Amino acid sequence: MAEPWEEEEGPVKKFMYVNRKAPYGTIYALESLEVVLIAAAFDQDVSLVFMDDGVYQLKKGQDTKGIGMKNFSPTYRALEGYDIEKLYVEKESMESRGLTADDMIIPVEMLSKDELTSLMEEQDVVMSF
Amino acid sequence: MAMLHTVNKSPFEKRSLDSALSHAIDGAAILMIEDGIYGALKGTAVSAKIEKALGNLKVYVLGPDLKARGMTEDQVVDGVKVVDYAGFVDLVTEYDKVQAWL
Amino acid sequence: MGIEINGKTLETDEEGYLADLNQWEPGVADIMAKLDDTTLTDAHWEVINFLREYYEEYQIAPAVRVLTKAIGKKLGPDKGNSKYLYELFPYGPAKQACKYAGLPKPTGCV
Repeated sequence: MAEPWEEEEGPVKKFMYVNRKAPYGTIYALESLEVVLIAAAFDQDVSLVFMDDGVYQLKKGQDTKGIGMKNFSPTYRALEGYDIEKLYVEKESMESRGLTADDMIIPVEMLSKDELTSLMEEQDVVMSF
Repeated sequence: MAMLHTVNKSPFEKRSLDSALSHAIDGAAILMIEDGIYGALKGTAVSAKIEKALGNLKVYVLGPDLKARGMTEDQVVDGVKVVDYAGFVDLVTEYDKVQAWL
Repeated sequence: MGIEINGKTLETDEEGYLADLNQWEPGVADIMAKLDDTTLTDAHWEVINFLREYYEEYQIAPAVRVLTKAIGKKLGPDKGNSKYLYELFPYGPAKQACKYAGLPKPTGCV
């Protein structure tokens, strides 16, 4: 039996969420993650981009017990279950922060600034956090 | 008398660290907290600023904010001291004034 | 509103979700179910325990379709479908089972 969410095939648009803020210092990272999880119900073609300080959202080993805030980094690992599989980090942002793909909590594709620019041009909707 | 400058913004996004460093005189201290901790790390595009500042300033970083962001003490620039909340309080009492660079 | 258990009152929100998920214990689920005129069976517990494990790992309550798919993966296709899950939890599998499991309301659940 088909599940309700498997039946209707509406128009699919390309949505990109651009994450540019570090976690915890401001609410942007968490808000973006919640929007992404909610919007996943609409079965669109979703890409997530992490650039500038946004790459810090995916840093491995976050432990927030000492600051009394919720560690939401494990939630990025749930994205696959929400069929969100296009995850990109900007190479230049990683390099200037001394980060490599091994520092990331989930597998991501590393794109150069120029590659990312072209990807942005292909989108129907770009949302920046 | 000596001043404690706190910086709570990422040096990649805001100029708070630069402003703090340029207004800190010999013997003053810099304490990096919250997103400011990204300024205390080795191997980044801003590490050199802190390495240079260590010549005439004391530099501290708040440990719980480092850990929250997935960073460990050995990733901090050599010479920068990691403090906990009690250490933060000690610094505030040790220095005459605090200036918070937001 | 609150849940009375072992002489304590656990705070809940206006929809009956536990305010502090660390206060959860299995008895909480039984009491919540009773308020909905439901008696929990092993089949219910299978889903409740699954949700608690999911939350432990990902720090969110899954959306209903994610829950359904994940249950199917873990417990088989005869359980990973909305018919089965709605029969167990007629108020909505994600909503009702999350409540019993002491989790917050699933993100995006309206």
